[in-house]
Amino acid sequence: MRQVIAIFKKEFTAYFVSPIAYIVISIFLLVTGWFFFTTFFLYNQANLRNFFALLPITLSFVVPAVTMRLFAEELNVGSYEILLTMPVTYLDVVLGKFLAAGVFVATMLIPTLSYPITVSFLGQLDWGPIVAGYTGAVLLGAAFSAIGLFASSLTRNQIIAFIIGMAICFSLTLIDKMLFFLPKTLIGFLEYLGADFHFENLSKGVIDSRDILYFLSVSVLGLYGAYLALQEKN
Amino acid sequence: MIRVEGLTKYYHDLCAVDHINFDVQQGEILGLLGPNGAGKTTTLRMLTGFLRPSSGSIHVKDYTIDEHALEIKKLLGYLPESAPLYHEMLVYDYLTYVANIRALGREEQLPRIRHLAGLCGLNEVMHQPIGELSKGFKQRVGLAHAMMNDPEILIMDEPTSGLDPNQIVEIREIIRQIGTKKTVILSTHILSEAEATCDRLVIINQGKIVADGKTQTLKESASGASLVRISLRNATLESVKKELHAIDGVTDIVPASGERRADEDTVNVTVTCQPSVDVREDIYRKIKETDWVLVELHQETQTLEHIFRDLTREN
Repeated sequence: MRQVIAIFKKEFTAYFVSPIAYIVISIFLLVTGWFFFTTFFLYNQANLRNFFALLPITLSFVVPAVTMRLFAEELNVGSYEILLTMPVTYLDVVLGKFLAAGVFVATMLIPTLSYPITVSFLGQLDWGPIVAGYTGAVLLGAAFSAIGLFASSLTRNQIIAFIIGMAICFSLTLIDKMLFFLPKTLIGFLEYLGADFHFENLSKGVIDSRDILYFLSVSVLGLYGAYLALQEKN
Repeated sequence: MIRVEGLTKYYHDLCAVDHINFDVQQGEILGLLGPNGAGKTTTLRMLTGFLRPSSGSIHVKDYTIDEHALEIKKLLGYLPESAPLYHEMLVYDYLTYVANIRALGREEQLPRIRHLAGLCGLNEVMHQPIGELSKGFKQRVGLAHAMMNDPEILIMDEPTSGLDPNQIVEIREIIRQIGTKKTVILSTHILSEAEATCDRLVIINQGKIVADGKTQTLKESASGASLVRISLRNATLESVKKELHAIDGVTDIVPASGERRADEDTVNVTVTCQPSVDVREDIYRKIKETDWVLVELHQETQTLEHIFRDLTREN
């Protein structure tokens, strides 16, 4: 456990020591802020639907950028050897790095709390969907972090890690939007795989155990993939 | 302390390490010697639990690497080749991080880091990013990292590669200091280094052990037949051969090959003599009886370098 915390602390601080954190957070805030407020006054409704609607797409390229270095850099520099010859298990390493990425994504969401606060001054804001939406955003961030971590464990090249991670996250986000040409019997099943489908429920204020279970299982699958990829390397 | 049996590692079809057996006693400094690509690093990586052996077993104390990798890692300190560290971290932060992973108590951490900084000469760079350090300092940070848990066994992969001569001497000094109390395994392809620091040598070539013994024993066994090189003027090869063959202990006389042929009237011969017989005095007396002019007389004892070359040369 101490190992997990030590790795988490090291990785989390590493984000803020290098410029990555600031660049990623700025881009994230710019993109979400711009797309939210350009249409906000046209709809003239005091809710955050548009913000949450775009979140899965935004996160599916921002989160892989956050996670791409976690293993790829270690493999490239060779520090991976040093890390694994200390008394740690693969699980410690994977969990420590996952926590760092997950907490970083959550930190990234904190400044966006200014959107609901602003909106609450402009009209009658229902806080229920907001709370549910942020819970969903954190879960979504965790699931994407696990996927990004898996992508990063596959290669020593950060750019490839980013592209693989983004490809998986994008497919999960868009899969339920691409189903119209498939037979009806398959839709129900494939819809369940879509991250956007589950996130939409949460952002409407419906906290359903199925949606939470979906994000948790994607996280566990991603982490297990990373675990296997690491084990395969020796 | 460490027992390695039938250790084998395949990378796909390539056999990097081939049924290696050796033991390491407590308090021994073991040198793993071999040309590039002989399997030194692979062997060390398996010892540290970083790579899984294809077959064979490694026992450290009462632990085996398959079942108790974590316990073994707790006993080990490992310095990989060229110390691949996190470049953006400060030296102090890095050592604290290592102390945390090694589960040192909060009160122990600072004194331990101070002690290591003193031992490895890191005091003036504690607050610099590792990436900005020179190679020698990086190596020292790596050494401090390896000794964080006061390991019983210290494993180092080419600890002096890429360092300047002064740094090499310093690192060797540190290794010898540690070696008085700990078990040290280091790999190198620099023979003088192995000779200077190691109690025992294991020479590996193409994944197989070709020699294993105390440094002193290996050196003695190497100096089996000693050679004497003689350069004479005013002599002929035939007469030299005839006269010198009369000396007790001389087994063979051949004209020396190559290099010093420039001078036409000089006779260069290499005299092979029986082990542990010094024939130089007899040769001198013999020459004194003739009217040859002695230009050079020089005994060559076979060094570690000869054994190494003999054992590891490509066939």
